[in-house]
Amino acid sequence: MTLEAPRTSTTQFDTDELVINMGPQHPSTHGVLRVVLKLDGERVIDADCVIGYIHRGIEKLSENRDWTQIILLTDRMDYVAAATNNLGYCQTVEKLMQIEVPRRARYLRTVLAELQRIASHCLWLGTHAMDIGAMTVLLYAFREREFVLDLFEEFCGARLTYNAMRIGGLPLDIPPGWDKKVLSFCELMEGKLNDYEMLLTNNRIWLKRTRDVGVIGAEEAIGLGLCGPPLRGSGVPRDLRKDEPYAAYDEMEFNVPLGTRGDTYDRYLIRMDEFRESIRIIRQAVEGLPEGPIMGKVPRLIKPPAGETYHAIESPKGELGYFIVSDGKSTNPYRFRVRPPSFCNLQGLKRLVTGHLVADVVALIGTIDIVLGEVDR
Amino acid sequence: MADETKSQSQESGQGGADTPPDASARPAADPKKPAAAAAKPAAAAKPRPKPKPKAPPEPPKAPEDQAPPEGAELPATVTAVQDGVSGAVQQVSFWVGDWTIIVSAERLLDVMRFLKADAATLFDYCSDVTAADWPPREKRFDVVYCLYSTRLRHRLRVKVRVDEKDPVESVTALWPAADWLEREVYDQFGINIVNHPDLRRILMPEQWQGYPQRKDYPLEGPGELLMESPQDWLRVRNIADEAGAVADADAEIEIE
Repeated sequence: MTLEAPRTSTTQFDTDELVINMGPQHPSTHGVLRVVLKLDGERVIDADCVIGYIHRGIEKLSENRDWTQIILLTDRMDYVAAATNNLGYCQTVEKLMQIEVPRRARYLRTVLAELQRIASHCLWLGTHAMDIGAMTVLLYAFREREFVLDLFEEFCGARLTYNAMRIGGLPLDIPPGWDKKVLSFCELMEGKLNDYEMLLTNNRIWLKRTRDVGVIGAEEAIGLGLCGPPLRGSGVPRDLRKDEPYAAYDEMEFNVPLGTRGDTYDRYLIRMDEFRESIRIIRQAVEGLPEGPIMGKVPRLIKPPAGETYHAIESPKGELGYFIVSDGKSTNPYRFRVRPPSFCNLQGLKRLVTGHLVADVVALIGTIDIVLGEVDR
Repeated sequence: MADETKSQSQESGQGGADTPPDASARPAADPKKPAAAAAKPAAAAKPRPKPKPKAPPEPPKAPEDQAPPEGAELPATVTAVQDGVSGAVQQVSFWVGDWTIIVSAERLLDVMRFLKADAATLFDYCSDVTAADWPPREKRFDVVYCLYSTRLRHRLRVKVRVDEKDPVESVTALWPAADWLEREVYDQFGINIVNHPDLRRILMPEQWQGYPQRKDYPLEGPGELLMESPQDWLRVRNIADEAGAVADADAEIEIE
C-alpha cells in the first residue's frame, strides 16, 4: 500500500480496498505462485494469480529433442505424478504412429497410473489438511506415499522422476515378487484410508472449513474448463478413463465418484473415493496380469508420419492433454503442446475465492490440487 | 562483462540451430571444439578465407491436412456446422481418428457460437486453445481449438490460419476457460487476439520481448541480457553468428 494523505477525521475508518499478496502457504507454492487479493475487510472481492515463476519452456525444449528424450522432460511437469505424464505422452505418439501396445504393458501401465494417483492424492490430502490446520494427516499421508515411492523405486530405480514408460510399451518388466508387494500395499492402504476418514470426514472443524466453501455449479464448472475432481465435485460425470478408455481401463470395473453440492467437502469426498477405486483397479489389473511381451513393434528410429493429434488422459489432477504435430521429416516433434490440468483448474481459483474470507483462500488453493511445475511447464 | 559476452557467444555458437540437438550424436567432435575456438583469437582467424554462407536449411513444410478417406462418412458434428454456418468451413480433415475443421478467421466466432449452441454439436467444454507456427507460409500461424461436449461426449478440433497481424476473435465470451489459454497463445506466439477481457502475458514476464514459441525465436540465448539491453543482445548475437560460422568452417575441414 502506498502512503496516503492523513485522514481528515480521526473517527473515520479507512474503507479503501486493500490489495495484498497471498501466501506462500501451500507446500507446492513456495515462491512460485503469487495470488494478489483485493480485499474488502476480510472478504475477497478479486483475485489475480501471477504464474510463470518456474516456466522452463518445456514445450519449446521438446520441439528440439528426440521423441524418446521428451519422455523424461514430461516427468518434470507434474513431478508428483510423473508416470501419468509419461503415459499421456507415450500414448499420443503411439496414436500418431498407430502402434499397438501389448496387453501386458497396458495392464502394467494401468497399475502404475493408479499407484501414481494414490501417491498424488496422498500428497494432496496431506497438504490440503495441513493448510486447514490438521497437521496429523500430513504425516500419515506422507507415510503411505512413501510406500508407493518404494514400489516405484523397485520398479524403475527412481522415486520421483521415473521415466517409466517408452513409446510402444515399458522399458522393464516388473521385478519378481513386485505384484505381491503391490497387493499387500493395497490391503494396507485400505486400512489407512479408514484412519484418514476417521480424522477428517466427520470432524466438526473440517466440516466447518470445507462445507459450502467454494461452491460451483455444474454449468459454470464446465464453462470454466475445470477438470478432474473439481469438475466431478460439481456432479459432471466426466472421467476420461470411462469416456475415452485408454491403457486397460476398458477391461476394468470401477465407478466414477460424483459430488452433489460442488463444494470443497464434496471434492474431498470424491478424492477419498477415488483412492478406493484406484485400489480396486490395481487389484483387478495385478490379479489379471496377462503374460506376454512388454514392448510393441516399434521402429528403431521413431519418426511419426506427418500429421497432428490431440490425446488426453485422466491424470490425478484432471484432463492431461497432448497436442503433437509431426512434420514427418525430422526426428523431433514440430509442435509439442501440453494441456495441463492444473493450469486450467487454477484459472477457476478467481471464481472460487471471490466472496469468501481470506482464510478460505487457503482451503481453496488446496482443493484444486495444483502442481506449479505443470502450471508453468 | 566482455569475458562473459565471449563465453556466451561461444556457447550459443555451439548450440545454434544447425547443430543437432543431441550432443551425444557427435561425441568425438564436441570436446575439441570449444578448445579450438578459444585458442583462436579473432585476429588469428582473420587471414582465413571467409567461409561461404551456408544455404539456410529448408524450412519444414506444414503437413497437408489429410483429407478424410474416400467414402468416409462425415460425423454429424461436421455436417451440422457445414449446414448451419454455410461457407465458413474451408476444409475438413481427418487423421488418426481426429476430425478437424478449418475455418476462416472472419467467420470463427459464428462457427464457435453455432458449435456451442446447436443440439447436434453442443460443444460446451473448451479443452484447449493452442497454436503452431509455420514461418514460410503466408498465413504462418495455425490457431487450434480443441472442443469437447460433456453431454454428447465427442470431440472436434477447429483450426484457423492467420498471419501475425490478423485479428483472431476471442472466444472467452463463449467459454471462460479460453481466458488463460488465449493469454498463453498471445504470450508464446504473439497472435493478435481481439476482444479479450484481460490480454496480458502469462508465463513470461510482462516486459519480455519476442514470442518464445515462434520458430524463429532462438532455443538458447543470452538470457536476461535481452531484457536489460537489446542493443547488447544484438551485438552478442552477431558475434555468435560469426563464431558459429568459424566453427562450421572447422567442422568442414575436419571432415575433409
